[in-house]
Amino acid sequence: MIKVENLTKRYAGQPAIENLDFEVGKGEIMGFLGPNGAGKTTTMRILASFMPPTSGRATIAGFDVFEQSLQARAHLGYMPEHVPLYNDMRVTEYLDYRAALKGVPHRRVAERVGDVRELCGLKEVEKKLIGTLSKGYRQRVGLADALLHEPDLLILDEPTIGLDPNQIRQVRELIKNLGKQHTILLSTHILPEVEMTCSRVIIIHKGRIEACDTPENLLGKIRQAGGVVLEAKVGPDNGAEELKKISGVRNVIVDADGDWKIFSLRVESGADVREEIFRLATARHWIVRELTQRRATLEDVFVELTHPDAV
Amino acid sequence: MRKFYALLSREVRSYFHSPIAYIVLIFFLLITGVDFYFQISFMNQRQVQYTVQEAFFNSVFFWFAFVLIFPLITMRLFAEEFKLGTIEPLMTAPVRDWQVVLSKFFGALIFYLILWVPPAFYFIIFQQITGQAAAHSAGAYSGSYLMLLLLGMFYLSIGCLASVLTRNQIIAAIISFCAITLLFFLGLVQFILLDVSSATRDLLGYFSAIEHMGTFSRGIIDTRPIVFYLSMTIVMLALTCQAFQSRKWRL
Repeated sequence: MIKVENLTKRYAGQPAIENLDFEVGKGEIMGFLGPNGAGKTTTMRILASFMPPTSGRATIAGFDVFEQSLQARAHLGYMPEHVPLYNDMRVTEYLDYRAALKGVPHRRVAERVGDVRELCGLKEVEKKLIGTLSKGYRQRVGLADALLHEPDLLILDEPTIGLDPNQIRQVRELIKNLGKQHTILLSTHILPEVEMTCSRVIIIHKGRIEACDTPENLLGKIRQAGGVVLEAKVGPDNGAEELKKISGVRNVIVDADGDWKIFSLRVESGADVREEIFRLATARHWIVRELTQRRATLEDVFVELTHPDAV
Repeated sequence: MRKFYALLSREVRSYFHSPIAYIVLIFFLLITGVDFYFQISFMNQRQVQYTVQEAFFNSVFFWFAFVLIFPLITMRLFAEEFKLGTIEPLMTAPVRDWQVVLSKFFGALIFYLILWVPPAFYFIIFQQITGQAAAHSAGAYSGSYLMLLLLGMFYLSIGCLASVLTRNQIIAAIISFCAITLLFFLGLVQFILLDVSSATRDLLGYFSAIEHMGTFSRGIIDTRPIVFYLSMTIVMLALTCQAFQSRKWRL
């Protein structure tokens, strides 16, 4: 559905993205991750035909986003970051206007506007001025707009930014349901959301693709799969030194809670060191009140790929 | 065509959603009203060689209001879209750049023409009350309204270009105000420089909005200004289209 080849964009000579290559197949929900300024918005704007690339090529549904921009745009529902809207229009008025712009046939406008209004929960604000809407409703108007012309592909730039946890959950459900009929490319900073909704993930850093895989594979690939937390009374022993000797343990951070010591262990990928810890604790007569393994999350993958010093 | 109509109707509606439209309407009504009142009271005091209609379209009041309204009408056209970021959903919809530029231009033109509806009634009221014609002939009315249309198109297209160059409405207004005022004074130079050769005076006369209005409001339709204003409008709109594309790409 999306095909990107060697895509490069420079602003005044400064590269924003360099030689991006990726594909998004029909029916996929692709997560687009990266730190601020990594080039996510630039890539999405190029895909939406808002700006041309410096070099390289991108096609949407087979149409070049620059050469056949009108056809490409007709296949695309795009929701820009921060959802800019005309504040002086009313919700239904705006959706009617957008439907006409997007070439929804005249006799189907009322039906389509009604459908997206229903789907995005805009029924109760349909007559309100957009300028008076809350952030959550504005976001939904943007999403409704993107869906109006029944596009095959949705590009959503941070659809959940600035929403409260309940709204995030609603939008996530909505995206999941949309994924059944549409191909979706979405960028976000909320990583648990990606794990829950996306079938594949691209992580981009400083304009380059660092990883492109399913969330499960990414988790398997990173060097340390999460860690282990141990809370124990270790008496006079230097617990951290002892724990470091266990094979598979990369790093130990110690915290204290009265007499209790809290050890946070970072371990190698695939290693389960809990048994060894139990043996060590019994041998040294440590009193253990907690021993848990924390599963690696996409957050760990993200940090490892985009900020290697922090690991 | 349907897309163009959707764009155009939004443009026209958005004028009436903003307070600027009403401020311009009131300001314009006030100044043209005062203009009309002064012309008539002046004529009541002495014998003159021209009609009410000619006097109205050639007075200082008229020109003062005239050059001032264009920056007010056009400053928000593109600048506001860039400022609010609404340019992004607009240009990622399947519409062409020229459709957007023309819809904004014609939206402004429609609003400008609405401004000229009330003054038309001044002449009708004058005729009703005094029983005298306000102009020599119907041609004088159509001449002056044709000139209003031509000048309006040209000055509005300058305003469009100014608005596309910046995201700040005030700056857009200042640029178009300066450009329009300069053009206006260029036409005045021929009245100040009395000793220059007639060729230079003729050349400057081509730019003189005052002179054009003078001839047209007497009912004389000269084709030269028509060609001049139409072609300049097209040039300005083409430049606007170019600037619009390049600005959008550098956002």
